[in-house]
Order: sequence, then C-alpha cells, then structure tokens
Amino acid sequence: MDKEQIKHFVARRVAKELKDGDVVNLGIGLPTLIPHYIEPDVRITLHSENGLIGLCAKGEGAFPDEERYVVDPSGNPAGIESDGVFFDSSLSFAIIRGGHVDKTILGSMQVDERGDIANWLVPGKAIHGMGGAMDLVVGAKKVIVAMEHTLKGAPKILKRCTYPLTGRGVVNMIVTEMGVMEVTPEGIVLTEYNPIYTIEQIQNATEAILIISENIKPMC
Amino acid sequence: MSISKLVSATEAGDLIKDGMTIMVGGFMTCGTAMSVVNEIKAKDLTVICNDAGYPNEGSGRLIARGQVKRLIASHVGLNKQCGEMINAGKMELKLQPQGTLVEQVRAGGAGLGGVLTPTGVGTIVADSSEPTTLEGKQIIVVDGKEFLLEKPLRGDVAIIRGFVADEAGNIRYKGTMRNFNPIMATACNLVIAEVEKIVPVGEIGPENVETPHIFVDYLVLASKK
Repeated sequence: MDKEQIKHFVARRVAKELKDGDVVNLGIGLPTLIPHYIEPDVRITLHSENGLIGLCAKGEGAFPDEERYVVDPSGNPAGIESDGVFFDSSLSFAIIRGGHVDKTILGSMQVDERGDIANWLVPGKAIHGMGGAMDLVVGAKKVIVAMEHTLKGAPKILKRCTYPLTGRGVVNMIVTEMGVMEVTPEGIVLTEYNPIYTIEQIQNATEAILIISENIKPMC
Repeated sequence: MSISKLVSATEAGDLIKDGMTIMVGGFMTCGTAMSVVNEIKAKDLTVICNDAGYPNEGSGRLIARGQVKRLIASHVGLNKQCGEMINAGKMELKLQPQGTLVEQVRAGGAGLGGVLTPTGVGTIVADSSEPTTLEGKQIIVVDGKEFLLEKPLRGDVAIIRGFVADEAGNIRYKGTMRNFNPIMATACNLVIAEVEKIVPVGEIGPENVETPHIFVDYLVLASKK
C-alpha cells in the first residue's frame, strides 16, 4: 500500500469504532478522512476545540451565511450543522477534560506499551506547540491513535517513547495499516491483523512486544 | 449618536504602552481584533494569545515587527516567523496546553488562585526547568490523583473581538470568533473591544449579551476589509 492507500485504509477501519451518538474530536491529517467512511445510520457529533460542536465542511453547513465566521481547529473555513452550538474556549475544554468527548482520534509520532503518546514535539525540529492535544488525550473517554505503523520502516510503537510526551498512560487503541491494537495493563494486544502481512512481519515492525489476542481476526 | 466608549483604532492602539502584558483574543486570527492590533506601536510586550497567528497577521503582526518580548501561547506552528524570532533570541516563548491557558485566564479574571488540571502531568509542561515551560509549576495530589497547579494569568490590556456591541459596551460574538475573547475580557485592567457594528442599548437583549458592559472600557469599529 502506498501512503495515500494506507491513510484511507486506516480511516475506514477507525470509522467502525464510532457509534451512533458519539461526540468525537478528530486530529489533523489522517483522522479528518474518517467521516467519509462512517456508516449512513451512524450519526456522530464532531467537537472542534476552537469552540463548536457540529463541525462540518464549509458549504455543507446549515447556516451558510454564518460561514465566514466559522473555522475548524486548523484555522480553515468550516461549517456548522443545524443542531450545532458555538461556545468559548473555556467551555470547549470543559467538554474535553470533563469527559464529555467519547472518542478522540489522532495521529502520532510515537506510542508505547504503557499508553504514553508523543505527538507534539520532535527534539531538534521546529516547535509547533501542543495546542489542544494534551487536554484531549487526558480528557477524552477513549483515545485512538490512527497512524502509519512505521516511519519509513522505523518502529513508532515502542517500549518507551523517546520524544517529549503529550500524555502519560492515555492511549486505549492503535490502528495502523498492519493491525488493530489495544493498550492494556499487560501491554499491547494485537486484536486484528491485516492479512497481507504475517504476524511475524507485524512484530518485526514493532519495538514493543505484541501480545497476540486469542481471538485475533483479520482486519477488514 | 454619542457613544462615550467609542475610540478610533489608532487611539486604542496607543493605549498599549511599552512593557505591558496584553491579551489578544482569537484562534488562528478568527476572532482577533485586527484593526486594533495593527495599530499597536508599543514594544517589549508580553503577549498572551492562543497562537502566533500567521506571519504578519493577528498576533503575528506584533511578532513580525519585533514588538513581543515574551509570548505565552498554545500553538505557534503556522507562523514560521515566530520560530525564527525565537531561534534568533529576539523573543521568548512559553507554551501552555490550550485548555490550561484559557483556564489560567479565567482564574485571573475570576479572582481564583489558580486551577488544578490533569493536563500536562508527566510531560515537560509540568517541568519549569524546561525553557518553554512557565515558571513555578507544582504537582498537587487530590484524592490520590496528580494535578498540575496552574497559576492565574492577568494582563494590563485585553484586545477582544466581538460581533455587535450596544452603546453601553455589551458584547455579542459570532461563530467561532468567540474562543478566548469573553474570558480575556474579564482578566485585564483595561478592555478594548473591536466590533462590526454598534446598536442602541437594549437591542441585543439582556439574555443574549455574552460580555457585560462593565468589563468593556473602549469600543472600536472594525475596519471593513
């Protein structure tokens, strides 16, 4: 799979994790593809940390006249759905930290077997800032990392993160083009695998020791 | 119609003096009072803003002109100039998680001694020896769980962006322009509100006012683009 295929493959699998009624916050990049793959009978509410629920694409909103006043978390023009609500940043992060976001899905540079995540700062590279990511990983009920399994072959799922952390012990699930993993107190459990890879290949691309689930099944 | 709080953007910009701490509302310039910010001439400023805006835009305008001594923000990645100023040693950056930053401002405006948040525990945000971390961080354990004590933030001047004001200075916002604006309006000694229009008192309606007029010292009409 090329990079683009991987993104869509991962997005399609993560979409299955979203249940009707979920309040969801999506990180930048790959996670923004997920809404395209949600089943038609599943309705989710997208939370946008800059101050709204009911985020949708510009032009698809219920209030087109308002759209010049609406941006998404990347600062790009966006829309709001008919039941959407605007609020200030304090309420927006009360929604996040207070456990009112069911799922947050974000990309990452590193994740480890303790559920630590490092996705905001690479030593020696330009500083971008954490924005809302540290609040999201602490506050959302379920944290799903959606990413490529390796960085050009180098493992990103590690025994211990080496980059500065975004959050400690916060990741619940990891979805990559190779498989679906759950972070448990015992370690990272591989619950689904992509049949184009062998279990051995998946382990070789992973620094953390994978626990193979008794009920492991093919990823689809 | 005489509106006692109404001043020009230039007059408002001149209220900001060298060395002041200012709060600038907005999220990636959405909800930033550009007309006022562009008129600020003071230097050595401490700027509290969610982000660094874009190059030469929003709070990025102040950064581009070398007016910022210290920036406290959550995200600066969309303004390359900001990184260049920091690397050149011309500006200091302190990074706070977005939800923490807004609660520090809220605490400052609400007379609280700070807030306890789980956000940032176990990260460099909790370690004041890190160059981008604010001074004086402490871990406080409540019922066995670790929290970071984040101290209140206050400023000399808040520059906020509303949609409509009435002649008394009651403010209403629009869309995602709200973000930090109503919170910052509570946390500074002086508040300048830039709005798109000013209506007679009563027209917004007491239930619909989001920032009460008692917080607002000056009104500026946004320049049309």
